[in-house]
Amino acid sequence: MNHLDTLRGALRSLRANRMRSALTTLGIVIGIAAVITMLAVGEGARRQVAEQMKSLGTNLILVLPGTVTSSGVRLGGASRNSLTEADARAIRQEIPGVVAAAPALRGSGQVVYGNLNWATQLYGVDGDYLVSRDWVIASGRKFDDNDLRGKAKVALVGETVAQMLFGGTDPTGQTVRVKGVPLTIVGLLASKGQNVMGQDQDDIVLIPLGTARGRILGSAQGRPDSVGHITVKMADGSDMQASEAQVQALLRQKHRIQPGQDDDFNIRNLSEIVEAEQASSGALSALLAAIASVSLIVGGIGIMNIMLVSVTERTREIGIRLAVGARRGDILTQFMVEAVTLSVLGGLVGVGLGLGGGLLVQRLLDWPVVFQAQAVLLAVVSASAVGIFFGWYPARKASRLTPVEALRHD
Amino acid sequence: MADNCPLIEVVDLARTYHVGEVEVPALRGVSLTIAKGEFVAVMGPSGSGKSTFMNLLGCLDRPDSGHYLLDGEDVSRLDPDQLSAVRNRALGFVFQSFNLLPRAAALENVELPLIYAGVHAHERHRRAMEKLALVGLAERAHHLPSQLSGGQQQRVAIARSLVNAPALILADEPTGALDTRTSLELMALFQSLNEQGMTLVLVTHEPDIAQFARRILLFRDGRLVEDHPVAGRHSAAALLEAEAGGVTR
Repeated sequence: MNHLDTLRGALRSLRANRMRSALTTLGIVIGIAAVITMLAVGEGARRQVAEQMKSLGTNLILVLPGTVTSSGVRLGGASRNSLTEADARAIRQEIPGVVAAAPALRGSGQVVYGNLNWATQLYGVDGDYLVSRDWVIASGRKFDDNDLRGKAKVALVGETVAQMLFGGTDPTGQTVRVKGVPLTIVGLLASKGQNVMGQDQDDIVLIPLGTARGRILGSAQGRPDSVGHITVKMADGSDMQASEAQVQALLRQKHRIQPGQDDDFNIRNLSEIVEAEQASSGALSALLAAIASVSLIVGGIGIMNIMLVSVTERTREIGIRLAVGARRGDILTQFMVEAVTLSVLGGLVGVGLGLGGGLLVQRLLDWPVVFQAQAVLLAVVSASAVGIFFGWYPARKASRLTPVEALRHD
Repeated sequence: MADNCPLIEVVDLARTYHVGEVEVPALRGVSLTIAKGEFVAVMGPSGSGKSTFMNLLGCLDRPDSGHYLLDGEDVSRLDPDQLSAVRNRALGFVFQSFNLLPRAAALENVELPLIYAGVHAHERHRRAMEKLALVGLAERAHHLPSQLSGGQQQRVAIARSLVNAPALILADEPTGALDTRTSLELMALFQSLNEQGMTLVLVTHEPDIAQFARRILLFRDGRLVEDHPVAGRHSAAALLEAEAGGVTR
């Protein structure tokens, strides 16, 4: 018996019970549609997170000062002023693959322009900072060597600050006052939007490191070149773990820390955050897939149920087929093909509905949706797997009938 | 296979059914031979074992003991798939309730044995049409069984039984669901097939119908109790003609 005949026969008997076939496949349709939509929505979310992570910089190493422990009381992160500009220079020169090592001082303050003012974050930075954060100038210019070395009273402002103080007009060339110090705005930073934590990255004013330390934020006690943190950017494709270890070894050496003693600084690798984020979105996808597969199983049981009914109803037909020479394998194949056809048709309809559902989510909820060929393939494969798995028992039952008992059935 | 070997040779054939704990002997040792070209009517009251005997002859069931040689080949020990192959190749069935697939057209019903024989669609079609023409239903080839009369359905079933050129046709109460005239037409068709050399075994409980065969086997209580040729055999075709004449006159 050739395959085309088998398929044609299966389609014929499914057509004979159109309503029943449609209702039977509904479980599969819904299951597959759910799989497709959820994977698309999940992938969209994952990509968005990944995109944000990338803007944050996955090849960044953040070096923070250590904590002070005084009489057994630990004073929390960065309570110590252990990092210096010299550390940053050493990292830049001695660690292979470093693109930028940006020392920075962080503080906050009120920025005043005319009768407007705005509280924002103040960063004292050097020339590496924009490089390390992949930050682009929207208008104006970066700090040049004169600004940095001469502790010039200049500033770069973020989009939010420009919006608040200048109402969206180009602030370049204007002068603002920060803690009584007049600063000339030399450039506007391109907008970066929110970071993964939901913080507005554009709410910022950058000042040359020397200017910040000398005139605005002040230096730490007794350490003229101390900095708040160092952002190290590695070349793309660097082994982040190895680089981190190298930075640690270098700083331990420079800070003269004896073997066995704790570091007086902390190193954070942002890729850890990315990994955690991806792991959690992976867990979310797994959860969605689990929910979707429950509906697939329910759909499969529906198919099994109807196939069992069908085998009973068509016992006489099975008898006739056996009488004219069908082998047990032919009967098994016939019912398997029917079950699989049912589930694959359901799967295809489900794929269509799932794609439609995904587009609807995108349209109505403005949620990024990413369709993947693998997801569609997975859906169709799992639909046929459901058909094979749940069609097997009824088909086997049909093929085990003896011609005499099958023909006697009415 | 030698020409003189009988088509059917059964030796001490026995079959017992198990209904729960109870053993019901349906056939208690039957031996007989049927030669090629015979037309045999099997008769007996219900419970006589005639249906069991037919199921065994038709390779639809296997005997518990004894042997069944079909065209010289012992088929009593074959497995279900081998029996399927024998049924497909050597046997044709005609049933009381026609047993056509209700959703398949007449032509597709006739093609069914050829599908399982692995015959190509084109050839299948040609051979099925040929047999439908033989039973006079060529122009009804695309009708569903429900669109055909009982007599026509039974003729489709006969075309199906013939399509694989079997050695033997087994008919189980083929006239049971038909009126007298249609039964006569059917028997005329069987007689003409027999005259062309086809071997037929027919189960019936109607003595009138048995009179169209050449030989009668009578079963009782699982045994063959009578085996005799039909004296004064009727010709169904002649009866039909006479009847038609009577009406016109």
